[in-house]
Amino acid sequence: MTDSKYFTTTKKGEIFELKAELNSDKKEKKKEAVKKVIASMTVGKDVSALFPDVVNCMQTDNLELKKLVYLYLMNYAKSQPDMAIMAVNTFVKDCEDPNPLIRALAVRTMGCIRVDKITEYLCEPLRKCLKDEDPYVRKTAAVCVAKLHDINAQLVEDQGFLDTLKDLISDSNPMVVANAVAALSEIAESHPSSNLLDLNPQSINKLLTALNECTEWGQIFILDCLANYMPKDDREAQSICERVTPRLSHANSAVVLSAVKVLMKFMEMLSKDLDYYGTLLKKLAPPLVTLLSAEPELQYVALRNINLIVQKRPEILKHEMKVFFVKYNDPIYVKLEKLDIMIRLASQANIAQVLAELKEYATEVDVDFVRKAVRAIGRCAIKVEQSAERCVSTLLDLIQTKVNYVVQEAIVVIKDIFRKYPNKYESVIATLCENLDSLDEPEARAAMIWIVGEYAERIDNADELLESFLEGFHDESTQVQLQLLTAIVKLFLKKPTETQELVQQVLSLATQDSDNPDLRDRGYIYWRLLSTDPVAAKEVVLAEKPLISEETDLIEPTLLDELICYIGTLASVYHKPPSAFVEGSRGVVHKSLLPRTGSSESVESPESAPSAGQAAEQPAVIPAQGDLLGDLLNLDLAPPVSGPPLAAPVQMGAVDLLGGGLDSLVGCLAGVWVWLRSDVGGSPAMGAGGGGGFTAPGPAAPAAMGAPLSSGLGDLFDLTGGVGTLSGSYVAPKTVWLPAMKAKGLEISGTFSRQVGSICMDLVLTNKALQVMSDFAIQFNRNSFGLAPAAPLQVHAPLAPNQSVEISLPLNTVGSVMKMDPLNNLQVAVKNNIDVFYFSTLYPLHILFVEDGKMERQMFLATWKDIPNENEAQFQIKDCSLNADAVSSKLQGSNIFTIAKRNVEGQDMLYQSLKLTNGIWVLAELRIQPSNPSFTLSLKCRAPEVSQYIYQAYDAILKN
Amino acid sequence: MIHSLFLINASGDIFLEKHWKSVVSRSVCDYFFEAQERASEAENVPPVISTPHHCLLSVYRHKIFFVAVIQTEVPPLFVIEFLHRVVDTFQDYFGVCSEVMIKDNVVVVYEVLEEMLDNGFPLATESNILKELIKPPTILRTVVNTITGSTNVGDQLPTGQLSVVPWRRTGVKYSNNEAYFDVIEEIDAIIDKSGSTVTAEIQGVIDACVKLTGMPDLTLSFMNPRLLDDVSFHPCVRFKRWESERILSFIPPDGNFRLLSYHVSAQNLVAIPVYVKHNISFRDSSSLGRFEITVGPKQTMGKTIEGVMVTSQMPKGVLNMSLTPSQGTHVFDPVTKLLTWDVGKINPQKLPNLKGSMNLQAGTSKPDENPTINLQFKIQQLAISGLKVNRLDMYGEKYKPFKGIKYMTKAGKFQVRT
Repeated sequence: MTDSKYFTTTKKGEIFELKAELNSDKKEKKKEAVKKVIASMTVGKDVSALFPDVVNCMQTDNLELKKLVYLYLMNYAKSQPDMAIMAVNTFVKDCEDPNPLIRALAVRTMGCIRVDKITEYLCEPLRKCLKDEDPYVRKTAAVCVAKLHDINAQLVEDQGFLDTLKDLISDSNPMVVANAVAALSEIAESHPSSNLLDLNPQSINKLLTALNECTEWGQIFILDCLANYMPKDDREAQSICERVTPRLSHANSAVVLSAVKVLMKFMEMLSKDLDYYGTLLKKLAPPLVTLLSAEPELQYVALRNINLIVQKRPEILKHEMKVFFVKYNDPIYVKLEKLDIMIRLASQANIAQVLAELKEYATEVDVDFVRKAVRAIGRCAIKVEQSAERCVSTLLDLIQTKVNYVVQEAIVVIKDIFRKYPNKYESVIATLCENLDSLDEPEARAAMIWIVGEYAERIDNADELLESFLEGFHDESTQVQLQLLTAIVKLFLKKPTETQELVQQVLSLATQDSDNPDLRDRGYIYWRLLSTDPVAAKEVVLAEKPLISEETDLIEPTLLDELICYIGTLASVYHKPPSAFVEGSRGVVHKSLLPRTGSSESVESPESAPSAGQAAEQPAVIPAQGDLLGDLLNLDLAPPVSGPPLAAPVQMGAVDLLGGGLDSLVGCLAGVWVWLRSDVGGSPAMGAGGGGGFTAPGPAAPAAMGAPLSSGLGDLFDLTGGVGTLSGSYVAPKTVWLPAMKAKGLEISGTFSRQVGSICMDLVLTNKALQVMSDFAIQFNRNSFGLAPAAPLQVHAPLAPNQSVEISLPLNTVGSVMKMDPLNNLQVAVKNNIDVFYFSTLYPLHILFVEDGKMERQMFLATWKDIPNENEAQFQIKDCSLNADAVSSKLQGSNIFTIAKRNVEGQDMLYQSLKLTNGIWVLAELRIQPSNPSFTLSLKCRAPEVSQYIYQAYDAILKN
Repeated sequence: MIHSLFLINASGDIFLEKHWKSVVSRSVCDYFFEAQERASEAENVPPVISTPHHCLLSVYRHKIFFVAVIQTEVPPLFVIEFLHRVVDTFQDYFGVCSEVMIKDNVVVVYEVLEEMLDNGFPLATESNILKELIKPPTILRTVVNTITGSTNVGDQLPTGQLSVVPWRRTGVKYSNNEAYFDVIEEIDAIIDKSGSTVTAEIQGVIDACVKLTGMPDLTLSFMNPRLLDDVSFHPCVRFKRWESERILSFIPPDGNFRLLSYHVSAQNLVAIPVYVKHNISFRDSSSLGRFEITVGPKQTMGKTIEGVMVTSQMPKGVLNMSLTPSQGTHVFDPVTKLLTWDVGKINPQKLPNLKGSMNLQAGTSKPDENPTINLQFKIQQLAISGLKVNRLDMYGEKYKPFKGIKYMTKAGKFQVRT
């Protein structure tokens, strides 16, 4: 007597038989038939042909039959919209039923039928149900609004359901509140501008009350909603934290993690001196640890989040290292995540334990895991200096096992250790060389070759070793080829006498027999370098390399802050902001952590990266990727005078050394760059995410290392731009404003410029008449930005026929203001001894961009969020082939400041700000796809009418 | 929210699909199958898989993959917790959660799933409430339904659903009023070669079976509540009283439920009740290896260790093993290389021992990895953390209930490295 009988088929043809049964007079038979239909549906069989017959069964008192028919309807109504109308009457009737269960069921089912015609009939019943006396019906109706919004958003807005839904946040029943919040959140996700969840202290209070009483799922919705709230001060933040903390003891892990998100976010606002701050930190650890005793799937999500939390606030879990020790039967995805966190938590205090564990893992069965464990040992060595020696000896032990993949991984990480602690562990090179033959992976081969090249003077048979690699040069991967080329050049520079033949061989292999442009270019550069100036070559190739540091694999701080706001969501699992993977990301609002209200905090906040001056003095150790990115931005975008003092030498040096032998400067720079970038096979940064680890000569290192995410060429341009920005903003060529014919022989042409904070009108007056002109004067009509001459028009001598004079007329913006159409229209009157002439001209808006138009990053995020979406305007800048860095330095020259740059799925996003002389801020997002010459510019401004002119300015600057 | 659910069996057939919003084509599961193929074992299929338009979140239970499809940003834990709830509900309804059982009850399954989510929002997930909405199938009811034509769908709104205590139905009546509490602790530990503890922690739960008439209000207090600093409560527990007085005060759900789970962390000293002495050696030259393990009691507080089971995954190079146990039975599966030794009780006077030799594949070198020994055991009447219930009181009802408390300690993930 089980349901499996519904799956059996007969010879006659199932559908036919079911049809007969559905139309049977017997209730029982009907019900059985509907069950069979449902059973077929569940396994994906198409039973839509039975639609009319099933709908006929709908009018019944039997609740089970009714539910079954409803189930069927939900599935197939869309494919049979006309038929579905037949069902409407029954729905409407059921919405009036005295039994709340039936009322709720009807409104719920109706919402699931995604047919436009039906939704029209749904409005009236839904309105009633939203005000129903029974909370069960109300909470069902709340969800129904979200369903309806999904089908027909306009309808929902027109009918005022959103307001009703907002009212439900104040409902007396916590379950209704929770569902209303959930529904609003879902609607808000597709409608980011709608301010649906505008929270104020009163509504927050209501949510917090409901939080204590509603179901676990409701608590998740409410907590997620709370996390979007911005408390007005640290007091309010603390009081919310206090009321959320009990949720950490909930049995449902999703509730716990959502509570953690709220606390992590609001903690930013609390002063560290507060006792409560410490209490909160302590309270956060146990629930996170508990998450790790749950099922593996939950553990995985928890671990991905803990990874973020540990980076943001390592103090929370610093004593809990042991819970991350890997168990033998953990699924592989849990093992790998645990390993990652172990390294992040490793410190001098626990390094012995960690190493012992890692060594244990390196003998396990799973190859991926073993590899990662070996790599982890290397990362420990780099992170905890005191442990380096022990790590090296552990790695040597592992090499002795002769397990192929272990040896290869070990060699890759030992190379990194060499780079961190030069001249310390070179004694192990002999052991490494013994394993040369067993290396078959490109990364390991490249690492080994790097080591041989780098320490060629200490390896007696370095030339033999490298020569042995050279035999199969063309079968090697590019990584190995490049490394081999560099290594042999290094060897040659160190032992020139005996390796001349070798170096010639490799250079000809690289330049003549290879069709890889990277390899060829690098080969040519070396060749010319060696033939032009061997001393310089030595200086460049054997330059001292900057040290690498452990933090190369940390998440960039601004991204980390954003991700902290997304704890518990998919973004936290992917470690990517939602804009990177959510469909139609237009709706995604960038979140950021709240500013702390305490006083002493600005020192350590990620935004307050060191100023340009400090950056220049940075030690040779390369700091965290993210910090550096910040530094570099600051450094680039600082006023040009204090600009990048360290950028100049590198550029000059490179040109001096190489410029002569090469066809073009660009080619030269590009070549050097490629070579700089790939000199070191794989520092941790490279291994981690395709960033660039590279060596660069001497003092330029911090700047050059800074932008590993961007393309190399652009970086150099960036530097160039940094030097070049002294010249002021872009100036359009002069055009004729007033032709001689119209002004009795006076021709005026001109343009506008902006230099070091002052605006100028550059004029050329030409006398094309036959008489002398004198007594010049100029006046402007009132205009949109109050432009006015700051000095009288001074033409010192009378203007003889056929004579021209160039005048630079300083302007200010304190004149009277009148809105013009077009906005940048300027009407000018020029008087001379003959007559008064009028003309009008359009000025480019970028002359109004002031020098202090750089917004704080925090400010930018807040403002961007704050400006309503209607004010956003989007433009295409076509046919511009610059890359992101070139663009940003070019724009900076005209006082458009890049605040942040991000690479999302291969496209560069520049976030920029500028300020007009009248104090209007304009925020911009510029999207650049490498392959696409047309850029997308989104502008947000409180005065949207300027957007179009800003775009014109952008267009003009970029194309010239 | 949760868009759709697919149930997939071990051989990769989708045997049930349920959509709460529009229908998502089952071809979306192809991404899951790809991941399944890549993973060596079913357990290793990653729980979060992203596809171009959707995200797949899955759990693997009872040899079935429960794959949820989501389209928007939804907290993944929310989805995974929900999937676990689905599994628990099926188990609750049908006794076991298996493909056969689900297929046998497909209509009930479908009705239940429909009640659990509305448009992807959780609707009724408490099994008490679900059971009132949709009665679980029993043989008796099936027979009765067939005869009388009545149904297994309740037509009344479940009373508890909107009360302040949604977990408890009203009008509960019992002739024997009883409340049982089981304090169960599991030890998760890693022991290294030399026998010292690498890490050890205790996962404890208090499971309750409460069958009390009316609306009883219970309080449970402990002798040593300080042990409980990391706890997760059933929603019925009043958190304020726990904070202020360290007393569990609650109106219990009817029937079986988990009142509390707690965690005694690695930082506290955890008593390890057993030790394992091992001597496993692969000799390099010959094709024979030696194998010997002995299990003995350590800190047991005078209680007997029973239900001892030793399993160990031997290296691939081990062809066969010839072993003699001093007690119990042992099996070595030469295909999976899994050694299982069902020991039973440990008699401290005569320690169980398993000894013999291993046949190694000739000509290959010594295996790289050492086998890890997994241990299972049970100790009755002992909570290894030392947790003790002080008293249980009932308010709000007049009758005198029968009360009982049981303690048990078990091995969780208990591993000994060799």
